[in-house]
Amino acid sequence: MLHGYAPSLLDGAWLTFQVAVLSLVLALVLGLAGASAKLSKLRVLRAPAVLYTTIVRGIPDLVMMLLVFYGGQMLINMATDALEWDYIDVNPFVAGVATLGFIFGAYFTETFRGAFLAVPAGQLEAGAAYGMSRRQIFSRILFPQMLRHALPGLGNNWQVMQKSTALVSIIGLSDITWLADQAGRSTHQPFLFYAVVCAFYLAMTALSSVVFNHLERRYSVGVRRSAA
Amino acid sequence: MIEWSVITDSLPQYASGLWLTAQLTVLSLAAGLMVAIPLAVVRISPRRAVSGPVWVFTYFFRGTPMLVQLLLIYYGLGQFEWVQAQWQAENAFWLIFREPYGCALVTFSLNTCAYTTEILAGALRTTPHGEIEAAQACGMSRFTMLRRILIPGALRRALPAYSNEAIFMLHGTAIASTVTLMDLTGAARNAYSQHFAPFEAFIFAGLLYLTLTFALVGLFRLAERRWLAHLQPRKAIKGHTA
Repeated sequence: MLHGYAPSLLDGAWLTFQVAVLSLVLALVLGLAGASAKLSKLRVLRAPAVLYTTIVRGIPDLVMMLLVFYGGQMLINMATDALEWDYIDVNPFVAGVATLGFIFGAYFTETFRGAFLAVPAGQLEAGAAYGMSRRQIFSRILFPQMLRHALPGLGNNWQVMQKSTALVSIIGLSDITWLADQAGRSTHQPFLFYAVVCAFYLAMTALSSVVFNHLERRYSVGVRRSAA
Repeated sequence: MIEWSVITDSLPQYASGLWLTAQLTVLSLAAGLMVAIPLAVVRISPRRAVSGPVWVFTYFFRGTPMLVQLLLIYYGLGQFEWVQAQWQAENAFWLIFREPYGCALVTFSLNTCAYTTEILAGALRTTPHGEIEAAQACGMSRFTMLRRILIPGALRRALPAYSNEAIFMLHGTAIASTVTLMDLTGAARNAYSQHFAPFEAFIFAGLLYLTLTFALVGLFRLAERRWLAHLQPRKAIKGHTA
């Protein structure tokens, strides 16, 4: 099937999936940290978070990725030279995950910030009035409610993010797009192989929307839907 | 530490890259919007047979990476002998798909068209019932109602979401550099490979993109002030005290 390229494409699909999930985890962590910083009373925390979201969302992801990949290599070279270590190659997998996580962390920051603000202050006060500690208020009231407001935005960000994973092929990671490119060149059937990549991404995004619909329903239990 | 010569030497390339990026963004946004308006009207049809094909179009273009779409069109079409025959015959339409510029423009236009169609369809669906009833009561035909009531209202309501789409498009054009086009990112990659100075080359390009982004944001803020004036927070009028 596919001129014997099916197993290799499958490997590429698995790699793309790993890149997507790992950068999602990184972006979620950065997003929560960024949102907390942006909502902080301390200016020293707020200012860098504002700078982070403004700059990252104003620059194309490809430019950022090239900067991290080539710039990171240069920084590492300088460091290894100074320490007289052996030459270290920047792994395109690490660079790709780091860049995607860093970029989408900025989008997640905005999503989480809006979601935290959407939880009514009265509920937090009620928690305090019951004598809950700050940690209890966070884990019992703020976080679960915030998640409900954040899920639609997170779902959108995740859909955009999955498609951005194709960019890692440009920095030489053998993901599904890169492998399809190679297969297309050697078999002279590039359309066929790119169409397979499209099918893979369609399947991944379709599956994600099923999962997110399920999550949204789960976290909206007890919320009345407006009759639309 | 900063090698300014990397930037100054490549300034002409950066300038022409900036121009190409602006061109690709504006042309594809314009083409995409023009096609998206009728498609959005078709998309909200209650009949599946009518709205279905538009759904397939938007689903495909919104569910796959734009990079893969571009590669599919630029490298993929040449696979078919029929297309090659059209190129041999100098068919003006198919020749567009032999040039990277034409392929990029077509891909970007189709991609933004898909997203814009869904944004506009959403805005059309949220038209207040009263407006439609009033139009019918005035005896407007379906076409007149679309032209005077539904589409202008939907375009207004779509403005905030559309401004995001426009910024995504500006950033999306960066992948034009993967099919040999010398846009802003292409100029930066060129400057990098000539001097091996990644920070200078890419940060300068990033700053230019940032400037373009701010310009777009400002433009859309003006547009919202003009067309969504009724939703702006009310300002105190001079000379009148509440």
